[in-house]
Amino acid sequence: MTDNAPVVRLDGITMTFSRGGQALTTALEKIDLEIRRGEFVSLIGPSGCGKSTLLRIIGDLIAPTAGEVTVNGKPATRARLDRDYGMVFQAPVLFDWRTVQGNVELPLEILRFDRAKRTARAREMLELVELGDFVRHHPYQLSGGMQQRVAIARALAFEPSILLMDEPFGALDEMTRERMNLEVLRIWEQTGTTVVFVTHSIPEAVFLSSRVVVMSPRPGRITNIIDIDLQRPRNDATRETERYFELVTAVREALHHPGSTGSSGSTSSTSSSGSAAGPRPPSTGRLAVEGAVG
Amino acid sequence: MSAVVVRTRPGGAGGRGQETWSGRWVRRLRFYLPAVVVFVGTLAVWQVFANALAGKVTVLPAPSVIVETLRNHWDDARYPLGAAMQGTLTEALGGLALGTLAGVLVALASARFLTARDILLPVAVAASAIPIIAMAPLFNAWFGILNPLSKMMMAAVLVFFPVMANVTLGLVSVDKAALELTRSYASSEWAVVRKVRIPNALPYFFTALKLATTLSLIGAIVAEYFGGQRNVLGRIIVESASSLAFDVTWAAIMLGAASGIVTYLVVALLERLVIPWHASQRSEQ
Repeated sequence: MTDNAPVVRLDGITMTFSRGGQALTTALEKIDLEIRRGEFVSLIGPSGCGKSTLLRIIGDLIAPTAGEVTVNGKPATRARLDRDYGMVFQAPVLFDWRTVQGNVELPLEILRFDRAKRTARAREMLELVELGDFVRHHPYQLSGGMQQRVAIARALAFEPSILLMDEPFGALDEMTRERMNLEVLRIWEQTGTTVVFVTHSIPEAVFLSSRVVVMSPRPGRITNIIDIDLQRPRNDATRETERYFELVTAVREALHHPGSTGSSGSTSSTSSSGSAAGPRPPSTGRLAVEGAVG
Repeated sequence: MSAVVVRTRPGGAGGRGQETWSGRWVRRLRFYLPAVVVFVGTLAVWQVFANALAGKVTVLPAPSVIVETLRNHWDDARYPLGAAMQGTLTEALGGLALGTLAGVLVALASARFLTARDILLPVAVAASAIPIIAMAPLFNAWFGILNPLSKMMMAAVLVFFPVMANVTLGLVSVDKAALELTRSYASSEWAVVRKVRIPNALPYFFTALKLATTLSLIGAIVAEYFGGQRNVLGRIIVESASSLAFDVTWAAIMLGAASGIVTYLVVALLERLVIPWHASQRSEQ
C-alpha cells in the first residue's frame, strides 16, 4: 500500500500569531515532515503544541508564516483547489436542514456532479460507514458516533487523496471511540487514502497509525516520530498484545520527556526505555480494553 | 454492525416516534387549555363587568355588543368595517412584502461585503432608536395622503429594520468549521451563500417575519390616523371615537387584532412547512 512518493511534504513550517503587528506566540517552529502515500500518520501532543494548526496548514485552511507545504507535488492551495483534501473536525458539522444523504451530497453538489452520480456516490459512502439504513434521517436524529460517521462519509465522497482528521472522536465516549477506531481502520484499508490524524489520545494514536508524530508546545515542534510496527489488520486483540503496550509506553515517554529518546524514528531505542517503565501502562491499557468488551 | 443508540424508524424522515393519534390530541389539548381558559374567562369577566356598568359608561361595551356592532356595521355606509379591514390589511400586507423584500436584499448585500455590514448595522441600530412612526405625516405628504401607498410605505419602513438586522445576523453567524469545510471543497462564495448561509438564516428570517406582521399593522393603522381614505380601520377608529361611538371603535380594534393574529399564524404555519428541521419546530418530544 505504501510507495515512497511523499503525498505531503513540509519544509520549515513556522507559524507565529501576532497582535497589532507584534509577534506574540510561536505556534510552530521549523516543522519538517514527509508523509508517504497510504500512510496513517497521527499528530499527538499536549494542547497548545500546534497540532491542529499544523493540520490546518497542510489543508490550506490557514497559511504558514514561513515554510512550504507541498501536496501531491503541488503547493497546498493548488491541492485544495484540486479537491485533494477531505476534512473531518471534532464536531461533525452536519447541516440540520439536510438529510444524512443530503449532507453527504453537499460536496458533490459543489463539485457539480450530476444528480444520479451524486445519489449513487453518497449511497455508496453511507454503506461504507454502515449507515445505509439512515439515509433519510436528519442529523439530529442520530447519535454522536453516527453523526461523525456521516462526516467521514461526506469527507470521502469525492475521493480526496488525503483525509485530514482533527480530533474526530474527541467528543465521543471511550467505548464509541474504540468502535470508531476500528471503523476508521477498515475504511482506510478499503480506500487506501492517506490519513493525517490529530489526537491527544495515546492509545488511539498507537492503535491507528503507521507513524506517530510527537509534538511539544512553546514553540510547537516535532520531538519524536515513532514507527508503529503492529501487524495489520488490527483488531480488538491488537490492544492486548505486548507490542501494543510497549508502543503506548514509548509514545507516553516521548510526550513526557521530549528529547530524552532518540530524535526520530527508531522504535527499538524507544521501546527499550518503554519496557523499563514496566507494568503500569499495560494495566491502564487493559482497563480500556475491558471497557470496550463490557 | 455496531450497536445503534438512536431509536427512530428507518426511512421515516419525520420520525416523531410512535405516538398514538389520541395521545397527541390529549397532549395538544393540555398545552392549549390554559390559554383557552384565560381567553374565555377574560371575555366572561368583561361581559359581566360591562353589563353591570351598562347605561352609566359607554367607553367599554360588552363583548356581545361588539359582536352585534360588527354585524350591523359590516356593510355600513358611515363605518364600513368589512371594507375597512380589507383596506388596512392590503396596506399592511403590501408594506410587509415591500419591507421584507428590501430587508432581505440589503441583508444579502451587507453579508456579502463585510464593509457594507460594518456600515449598515450601526445605521440600522440608530434607525431602530428613532420613533419612525413619528414620520407618518411626512409619508402622507410624500406619497399622497389619499394614496394607500403612503400607509404601505410606513409599514414597509417599520418592517425593514428588524428583517434586515435578523437576516444579516443569520447569514453571518455560520459555524466557523462549516466555512472551513466549504473552503476545503474549494467552493465558490455564491455556493456558500446558497447552500450554507441562506438555509442558516431561515430561522432568523421567520423570527423577524413574525415580529414584522404586527409591525406592519401598527404602521398602517397609525399612518391612517393622520388622514386619508375613509374605509380603513385607522380612520374608523379615530372618527368613531370622536363621535363617542365606542362600540364601533372597539369593533374596529378587534378586527385589527384578528388581522394581526391571522397573519401571524399564517407565517408560523409557513415556518413549520419551510424549516421543519429547526429545533424550534421539533419541540414536540
